[in-house]
Amino acid sequence: MKADLEALRERVARLERGSSPAGGERFSTGSRAIDAALGGGLVRGALHEVFAEGMADEPAAAAFAIMLALRASDAKPIVWVRQDFVGLEMGEIYAPGLVELGLSPDRLILVRARDGPAVLRAGEEAARCPPLGAVLVEPWGNPKTLDLVATRRLALAAARADLPVLMVRAGGTPTPSAAASRWRVRSAPSRQMEAEAPGHPCFVADLLRDRAGAAGRGWTVEWNRDRLAFTDIPIADISGSDISGNGAALPGRVVSAAAGGPDHPAEERRAG
Amino acid sequence: MWFPLLPADRIIRQRKDARDRPPLVAVEKQKGAMRIVALSREAKRAGLVVGLTLADARARIPDLWVEEIDRIADAALLDAVAEDCDRVSPVVMVDAPDGLTLDITGCDHLFGGEAGLRLGVSQRLRRARINARTVIAGAPDTARALARHAPLQGRIAIVAPGEEAAAVRSLPIAALGLEEKDRVAISRAGLKTIGALIDRPSQLFASRFGEEMTLRLRRLQGLAPAPLTPRRNVPAIWSERRFAEPIGREEDIHSAFADMAREIGDELAARREGGRVFEASFYRADGAVRRVAIETGRPVRQGETLLRLFREKLDALADPLDPGFGFDQMRLCVLHADPLAAVQPGLDGRAIEDDAVADLADRLSARFGPERVVRFLPEDTHDPDRAARAAPAIFNPMTSSLWPAPEAGEPPLRPSQIFNPPQRIAIRFAEIPDGPPRRFSWRRKEFTVRRAEGPERIAPEWWRAPDDAARDYYRIEDAEGRRFWLFRAGAYAPGADTHWYLHGVFA
Repeated sequence: MKADLEALRERVARLERGSSPAGGERFSTGSRAIDAALGGGLVRGALHEVFAEGMADEPAAAAFAIMLALRASDAKPIVWVRQDFVGLEMGEIYAPGLVELGLSPDRLILVRARDGPAVLRAGEEAARCPPLGAVLVEPWGNPKTLDLVATRRLALAAARADLPVLMVRAGGTPTPSAAASRWRVRSAPSRQMEAEAPGHPCFVADLLRDRAGAAGRGWTVEWNRDRLAFTDIPIADISGSDISGNGAALPGRVVSAAAGGPDHPAEERRAG
Repeated sequence: MWFPLLPADRIIRQRKDARDRPPLVAVEKQKGAMRIVALSREAKRAGLVVGLTLADARARIPDLWVEEIDRIADAALLDAVAEDCDRVSPVVMVDAPDGLTLDITGCDHLFGGEAGLRLGVSQRLRRARINARTVIAGAPDTARALARHAPLQGRIAIVAPGEEAAAVRSLPIAALGLEEKDRVAISRAGLKTIGALIDRPSQLFASRFGEEMTLRLRRLQGLAPAPLTPRRNVPAIWSERRFAEPIGREEDIHSAFADMAREIGDELAARREGGRVFEASFYRADGAVRRVAIETGRPVRQGETLLRLFREKLDALADPLDPGFGFDQMRLCVLHADPLAAVQPGLDGRAIEDDAVADLADRLSARFGPERVVRFLPEDTHDPDRAARAAPAIFNPMTSSLWPAPEAGEPPLRPSQIFNPPQRIAIRFAEIPDGPPRRFSWRRKEFTVRRAEGPERIAPEWWRAPDDAARDYYRIEDAEGRRFWLFRAGAYAPGADTHWYLHGVFA
């Protein structure tokens, strides 16, 4: 009896979610600030767009999308559809580097698409496969075929399979789309490790658009690979010094560049 | 099947005005003289023979059409004929340079018996203006010998089962295909026909000419099996549709194809197998054949799955399937099959999901090509460029724990994207000569280095590139937070030029 009631409640809840404009289950990003603003995270069965602020931020945008995929996918396989030109322009996907972000290439199927239409075609095909954890779609620039209809098809497939489709718009500019959320990402200075070593990946992520109405805000987050989660970082933590020691010293900074030099810090860190 | 005048047929086919031309001979330079190596029917009728020098031939018939022989083109024509014969039977053997052997076991009923089949093939060849002699017999060697060596008059076209030995009796010794000196030796012994050989004890010949000869003799009579090497792999399973009226409408083609796929699926299920390599052949009414092959990662047997795979593939063809005036025949073959247990209804959810992902990889591979749908496999090497290998996903099913987990707490030590080859950068300012740069420019943009870690020295594997210098790698972060992987080619040496490269970008 009690189980029946529980099931009924769940059904009602599902119906309610389905009728709301930004309906559907959400996955948390790990960042409390982002999750709170978005009402629990990003919608799972939806299309999300990630733009890079400048050309040099493309790797950050792609990585941000991978991280969202990791948050959503729960160890399930991920399909990444990438236009050839993105690799030529921004660098080819490097599997050992994906490991370092927490994505084991064991889970990844990469589709190398020749052009924009092929990217969309393969992306849609993949988005219709519910056992996947997430689909990354990475066309170059603004393909002609990437219009409202095309994005709606992707969004629909994503909703039906309850699977996030994350579109990295390398070299692209925002166009009308059926995306549930749109992000603009840029690299942010990392919190440094010992001896001036670059630290964990940090990003500034601006939410340009959100179906649920949280757009217009930005967050600075760091990716924690070990927990596969974004964490908020206070602004004070990232305004570090430059390597020659001119900037403000940070708490916890033990070796000054002038004294230690950047010659062998890696060994020091590993030994410690 | 023998094409006695193949080179001449080929040349005549190419010329519209062939009818108005004088008798044709094809020549080749042999032992310093131009000799006739092939001729047309007209030339033969005029009394010319193969081996005659061109000068002698010209003396007899001043008005000759002379061409040089082109054996490559002749082989191509033979291949084209073989391809066309594929309609009759999937087992076609090329009997170079001017013959074909077809295994028509089980095919003749489609043409209304052996006579009908022979008639159909002969008509097709006649329309293509190729002279041919065709013989049907129970053994390949019997048929071959009869086609090539039997006299034109009173020739047996279809050898009844069990009559092989009788049919070859009157053939000349040459039908054995022996070396010239052996043939001459036998002739000198007064033996002129195959029948004469058959009547004598075989040990007699075996001791003089070797076992090979008695074996050939037995094969000729259909008493010993002959090895067959078909030009294409013989399909394990195949299904076929012939249409009295060529079909061209997409729905018709599709429904016929769906039918065949179902048939193949049932057959595979009965054998407890699944196909890995499939091939569809579309035979156009005008003789052109289009073949489309598909390879799958796992054995497949559901007709539906097969149909979807082929639809993907056909949709993605660079030059689409063109029915022209219609297809008069379609065939679907399984070229390679693997054992596949019957589907168990109680399969757990995980296995079903794995299957769905593998299906997706198959479909994507069918459409975009297996080399475009890849997985990354680790390589045991220090060379960063070779640390990962992209391999077709369909041949490398999903497996876990190939890749080691990174050390906890460490920031990424390898970039997520890499440039191949590394990109040259210009160093604007370096504080310490052998340290990382402070400022550099890449793609006409200036970057100010804020954090750096290194060097991590990576030496090339000596057995690969003994002359390449070791590289000193640095992880770099600029003032705005972009993270790069730079290296200096070679160790620092005062006074020497050092070159810096950007190899990858971090998240």
